[in-house]
Amino acid sequence: MDLKDLAVRAEADSSRLPEDEAGNAGRGSLDREAAPEMVQMLSPEGELLLHGPYGAYAAELGAEELRGLYRDMFTIRRFDQEATALQRQGELVMWVPMTGQEGAQIGSGRALQPQDYVFPTYREHGVALTRGLELSSLLRRFRGVSHGGWNPAEANFHLYTLVLAAQVPHAVGYAMGMARDRKMDPQLPEAATVAYFGDGASSEGDVHEAMVFAASYDAPVVFFCQNNHWAISVPTEVQSRIPLANRAKGYGFPGIRVDGNDVIAVRAVTSWALEHARSGKGPVLIEAFTYRMSAHTTADDPTKYRLSADEEAWISRDPLSRLEKHLRAAGLADDEFFEGLEADGQAMADKLREDVLGMSSPGFADAFTDVYAEAHPLIQEELEFHRRYEAGFADPEEPTE
Amino acid sequence: MSTMTMAKAINAGLRAGLEQNPKTLLMGEDIGDLGGVYRVTEGLKADFGADRVMDTPLAESGIIGTAIGLALRGYRPVCEIQFDGFVFPGFNQITTQLAKMHSRSEGTLSAPVVIRIPYGGGIGSIEHHSESPEALFAHTAGLRILTPSNPQDAYWMIQQAMTCLDPVIVFEPKRRYWLKGDVDTEKPSGDPFAAHVLREGTDATIVAYGPLVPVALAAAKAAEDDGRSIEVVDLRSISPIDFDTITDSVRKTGRLIVTHEAPTFGGIGGEIAARVAERAFLSLEAPVIRVGGFHMPYPVAKVEEHYLPDIDKLMDALDRSFAY
Ligand SMILES: Cc1ncc(C[n+]2csc(CCOP(=O)(O)OP(=O)(O)O)c2C)c(N)n1
Repeated sequence: MDLKDLAVRAEADSSRLPEDEAGNAGRGSLDREAAPEMVQMLSPEGELLLHGPYGAYAAELGAEELRGLYRDMFTIRRFDQEATALQRQGELVMWVPMTGQEGAQIGSGRALQPQDYVFPTYREHGVALTRGLELSSLLRRFRGVSHGGWNPAEANFHLYTLVLAAQVPHAVGYAMGMARDRKMDPQLPEAATVAYFGDGASSEGDVHEAMVFAASYDAPVVFFCQNNHWAISVPTEVQSRIPLANRAKGYGFPGIRVDGNDVIAVRAVTSWALEHARSGKGPVLIEAFTYRMSAHTTADDPTKYRLSADEEAWISRDPLSRLEKHLRAAGLADDEFFEGLEADGQAMADKLREDVLGMSSPGFADAFTDVYAEAHPLIQEELEFHRRYEAGFADPEEPTE
Repeated sequence: MSTMTMAKAINAGLRAGLEQNPKTLLMGEDIGDLGGVYRVTEGLKADFGADRVMDTPLAESGIIGTAIGLALRGYRPVCEIQFDGFVFPGFNQITTQLAKMHSRSEGTLSAPVVIRIPYGGGIGSIEHHSESPEALFAHTAGLRILTPSNPQDAYWMIQQAMTCLDPVIVFEPKRRYWLKGDVDTEKPSGDPFAAHVLREGTDATIVAYGPLVPVALAAAKAAEDDGRSIEVVDLRSISPIDFDTITDSVRKTGRLIVTHEAPTFGGIGGEIAARVAERAFLSLEAPVIRVGGFHMPYPVAKVEEHYLPDIDKLMDALDRSFAY
């Protein structure tokens, strides 16, 4: 059975959602203001319920696309596991895992068009996959051979940003530029940017300032907040008294809460938001309600702060198993499909490992190269000093570079 | 050649930049109808429209941050920060993002944003309106910092900043906005990152920049009466610093006084003193003497004259130098 065969239901009944998914109960303060109804299309049991205004965006998905969403989520989870293993083996200086957030990332990434431009934080590996980025390039920063790792222009996927929220105003400015470009040349395709950030980062002033600018200039930007419930060890409730999606109201644009573990709903909602932004109607905030199953980074110890009961509850809402249940029940994928993914995943992981081990360090002198775009006498002077100093150690028998 | 104030010269430079490149945008607080609190952008909105001379929301990080995004998209934003003491909400965007965009991307991205900051004291104002934070930015690799001291430089430096491939901060000496001078709108004043010898001399060198250049020139003139021939170097660029011009001058004169309004401790003067000691130690007849502000928040207006380097302080420094 295909999504197209399903009737679009006008409203999902939010009483079907577990209490904390609706955001109205649980830890303290979120209950001070009712959360918006959370958009959900795939129940934890894998049952589809196409949802009101966004249902049409889900209904356009055929069997091939649904399998594709699963394949992406599977691939990026396998990638995440391999990167974690590489870190454990000392091949990466650090890793930022994303297990649990596949639905939010693949769903939103697959809603993008090539001309759109993404400003990620540092955990958006799944979005990178949807942009066609060579996955090994994501590891160059974590291997310690680059502060970047890829050319953002090639995949319209900006470099990772480690200063929380700093990229959010960049996304707004870039979006303002896109809108200006189209004013000057109406032949250009309509385009938007997506700024990714976390629930913790949402407390940073830059997110607030970016939202003010976006609203003032009707910038074609979608703010995509992955509320994975934790900013390292600090729960969302410390960042906000109200559900994050509700903040959009204060800036004067739509805010939507979507079940971030429901890849179909995320894709639908993001498609709507991008269309809204591209067509000049201004920004949208999406809060993807999800959970970071893994540690914050490989240096973190979640047993110090997380409740295992919470973890259990979220395991049952795993974005992969939800879609798998649906694919199987609807007869859209069989054992052969899933086994094939295992084999492809292993091949990807092997290749990744090979790529990482093959990454060579830049020469230290390269660090002088791109500090400035134009010649700079201090750089020149210090580079010469460095060369002379290094040359002092050279073995007179060995030819130097 | 025409005579204009420094504020007018910057205004004319901005106008030229807006005319030459349709992707140049001005962004800032109150820069539109008001023309900025110092009227530096006066009339530009009327001529180029609100789309290119943008009154932004009141948010420095937002201004610099969105300017970075616009620059990544191919635009040439020129941001005005209203006063020196209010740049700090934007400090993060300038130092961790703007300065590093090119190197982080291994040269594939650039964000050539220009940031104009009226700076310095001597205008009898209240807290946060008289500071000189240039060293805080000069310490960050990836930024270039210019400071004009006269209308001719003001007119050209802002235009040179607007075509530079790197991000440039232009510190504008606000108490010299009304200083009049000749501007040759045909002939640029050359490399913006080169220091200029404004007055030749043989006995000692004074290096100054921005608001203190007229003070240094006046001190040199006064020293003539004591029979001392003082060379005055206008630094013009705070990053990079043209150490060659400075050391050449010191080799000739044997004595160096460096002056700025910013606190002496950790300031640009210390950097210059150290470099000159490394490069021209044997030419020095006396230690390099710094004449700057004290290690205190910029003082209240009623007493700021005791804080600011003036002719007397420079004369005293010369005496100390010649005492060796
Ligand atoms: C400006 C800034 N402050 C602090 C940090 C250190 N830090 C790194 S990640 C993190 C928590 C981020 O939480 P959140 O925004 O929810 O994103 P998540 O990592 O959960 O995806 C902190 C405090 C930082 N990177 N940047």
